[in-house]
Amino acid sequence: MLAVFQAGGVQGLSGTGSLRLAMTFLKEQCGAKACLNSKPTWGNHLLMFRHLHYEDIREYRYWDPSTKGLDFSGMLVDFRAAPDKSVVVLHACAHNPTGVDPSHEQWKDICKVVQEKKFYVIFDCAYQGFASGDLDKDAWAVRYFVSQGVELFIAQSFAKNFGLYNERVGNLCVVAATPDALERIKSQVKLIVRGNYSNPPAHGARVVNTTLRDPELYSEWKGCIKTMANRVLAMRKALRDRLEALGTPGKWNHITDQIGMFSYTGLTQAQVAYLVEHYHIYLMKSGRVSMCGLSTSNLDYVAKAMHDAITKITT
Amino acid sequence: MALPFKVYRSCPSLLQYSSKAAGAVLQQRTNAWWSQVELGPPDVILGVSEAFKRDTDPKKINLGVGAYRDDNGKPYVLPSVRKAEELMMSKNLDHEYAPIGGSAEFCKEAANLAFGEGNEYVKNNLNATVQGISGTGSLRIGAAFLSKFFPGNKVVYMPSPTWGNHGPIFKHAGLDVASYRYYDKNTCGFDFQGAMDDIKNIPDKSIILLHACAHNPTGVDPKPEQWKEMSQAIKSKNIFPYFDMAYQGFASSDFDQDAMPIRQFLADGHQIALAQSFAKNMGLYGERAGAFSLTCISKEEAERNMSQIKILIRALYSNPPIHGAKIASTVLTTPDLKTQWIGEVKGMANRIISMRKQLQDNLVQLGSSRNWQHITDQIGMFCFTGLNPQQCEKLTKDFHVYLTKDGRISIAGITTKNVNHLAQGIHECSK
Repeated sequence: MLAVFQAGGVQGLSGTGSLRLAMTFLKEQCGAKACLNSKPTWGNHLLMFRHLHYEDIREYRYWDPSTKGLDFSGMLVDFRAAPDKSVVVLHACAHNPTGVDPSHEQWKDICKVVQEKKFYVIFDCAYQGFASGDLDKDAWAVRYFVSQGVELFIAQSFAKNFGLYNERVGNLCVVAATPDALERIKSQVKLIVRGNYSNPPAHGARVVNTTLRDPELYSEWKGCIKTMANRVLAMRKALRDRLEALGTPGKWNHITDQIGMFSYTGLTQAQVAYLVEHYHIYLMKSGRVSMCGLSTSNLDYVAKAMHDAITKITT
Repeated sequence: MALPFKVYRSCPSLLQYSSKAAGAVLQQRTNAWWSQVELGPPDVILGVSEAFKRDTDPKKINLGVGAYRDDNGKPYVLPSVRKAEELMMSKNLDHEYAPIGGSAEFCKEAANLAFGEGNEYVKNNLNATVQGISGTGSLRIGAAFLSKFFPGNKVVYMPSPTWGNHGPIFKHAGLDVASYRYYDKNTCGFDFQGAMDDIKNIPDKSIILLHACAHNPTGVDPKPEQWKEMSQAIKSKNIFPYFDMAYQGFASSDFDQDAMPIRQFLADGHQIALAQSFAKNMGLYGERAGAFSLTCISKEEAERNMSQIKILIRALYSNPPIHGAKIASTVLTTPDLKTQWIGEVKGMANRIISMRKQLQDNLVQLGSSRNWQHITDQIGMFCFTGLNPQQCEKLTKDFHVYLTKDGRISIAGITTKNVNHLAQGIHECSK
C-alpha cells in the first residue's frame, strides 16, 4: 500500500482547542487573511476567527430555508467569489447547527472547487460515529478529500462520541504531502501549544487512548456509539411521524433527512417564543432543536406543541 | 489517534483507485503550500532530557526538568492527591461540560489559598477567578484580558532572567515585553538596587510581572522588606502587578509565607492579576490545574470582568478540563486530606531544602574555594549555580550531569545517592 500521505496529530483541547490551533497556525505561519464559514455555522467558529484578527471573515451560503436543505449552488458561487488561499471550515458530518450534510456527489464537487481555489481546509469533525452510527460512513468526506490529494487539517473532538465533554479531549490531525512538511507544521503547532498552555490535560486522552488500543473496548465503544446514534435517529423518525400524523402544516421530511444532534426545524422566531412561553420547551431562536433532548416520554408533548405553534402563529 | 486516518489506512481500495490522480495532484501542490513554514526550534529543556535519556552512564543525573522527584529520582504522586482522586472517581460523576470559568468550588478554594483564609476578596465577591490550564494557561488568560482591556501601556516588564515561556505567552496575546534587572550574577542573589532603579524608570501604567515565590529559574527571592519597598515603588508609578505563583507551599513549606508578597501588595492597596499553578504543589502536572484571578474594587466590577474573561476563554478552548481541578478542590475541601496534603508538601519542600544543604556541605568539604552560600540562600526547585556555559558543558561531558546552559539545576533531581557525585562534578568544573 502506498504511503502517499503523511498524517500526524497534536493533542488539542477538544474540538475548540484543535480548531484554534489550526486557525492560529494558518494565520501566523501561512499569512492567512480570509476565512470562509457556512451560513449558519457554530457561533464559536466566527468568535475564534475574530479573536485571531483574521482580516476577512466571510460566510458561504449553506442553509436553504425554502428546501430546509443545502443551498449547494449558492455555496459554490460563494466559494469561487472568495480569495484564493482562504481558510475554509467544513463540517465533516452532522453539520452544526442545521443537521444538513452534503451528499457524496456534492462533496466531490466541493472538493474540486476547494482545490481550484487553493483553500486551506479545516474539517471540523465533532461527531464521527455519532451521526450515522458508523465511524467510516461519517468520515467519508474527510477520506475523499485526502484521496484527492488535498493537504488538510482535521479538528477532532471526542466530547460527544466518548461523552468526555469536560475532559477536553481532541486531536488536531495534520495531513501533509511529505514527512518533512508534516514535521515542520507539527513543530510550529507545538510552539503555539507551548505559548498557550504548555501541554494538554492527560486524563481524558488516556481514557480515549486506552479504548482505541484495546480491541474489546474498541468494539464495545463502537456499540455504544451505535446506541447513541440510533436513539437520535429514532427520535427523528418519531417526531416526524407524529407531526405528519397530526397534519401539521408544511413538509417534515427534513427532520429525518438531516443528521446528527441538531435539526434546523424551520420554526420561526415567533413560533419558538411561543413554545418557550406556553409549553416550557426551550430551543434556539433559529429554530435549532437538539434531538438529544427528545425522549419517548416527551415526544407527544413536543409534537403537539409544535403543531399548536405552527398552526397558531403563521409568521 | 487520528481516527479518520487510522481507519483510512485499512481501506486500500480507496487509496489504490485514486493514487495516480493523487500523485499528479501532489506534484502540483507540494511546493505551493508549506514552503514558508520553518522547522521550529526544539524545546531547550526537553533537549536536555533527551540527551540524558541517550546517556548510558550509570552515574548520570538529570537536573534539567522542573518536576519534583523523590529520593529515588522517581515522580512523586502525593498520597493525599491519590486519595482525593479515588474519592472523586468513586462518585461516578458524569462528564458534562464544565462552566466556561471552570469549577466554582475549585476557583473559590484556589483564591482562598492565595489570598488567605477569610480574605475580604472571596468573602465579598471582589475577585474574578477562573480555572486556567495550569499556570501557563492561567497566564495566557490574563495576557488575553490585558491585551484587550488594559487601559495603560501594554508592555509587560519581566524580571531578568525569567521563565523562558513568559515571553511567548505574552507575545501570543499581542502584548510587548521588556525587562527589569533581577539576578545579580556577581552575588548569585537579588539585584535589589538594580530592580528598584529599573522600576522607577518603567513608564507609568505599564504591567510588571512578579514571581510570588521561588523565582524560576534563579531561585532568588526578594526579602520581605524588599518586597515592601518594591510594592511602594510600583504603586507610586501606577504600574499593574501581575503575579505568577507556581510554587505556593513548595518554596518554604509554608503556604502563607510563600503567598506573602501577594498579600503585601493587596494590603498596600494594589489591584492585581494572579496566575496560580497546582502542578508542583499537588503533583498534578499533566492534569493542568490552575487558576487566574483579578482583584476588583467592587462586586459589579468583578462580574463585568468575569463576563469578558469568559468570552476570551470561549474563543480559546470553550471550557476547561475538569479532572485535575476536581482533584484539587477535593483535597482543599476535605479537612483530613488537606491536612495530609500540607504535610506532604512540607515533605517535598524539606527534601529540597536538605538537598541544598547537602550539596553545599559537600562542596565545602571538597575544599572548594568558591562561595556556595547561594545554594542555600536560594529557594524552591531551582538553583542558579553560577556556572558558565563552558563549565556546564564540562559537567555534562565529564560527569554526565545534565543541566541547562545558564547554569540552572533542578534541586528536585538531586538525591542522597547522587549528591556526592554532583558535588564532585561541580567542584571539578569550577576550580
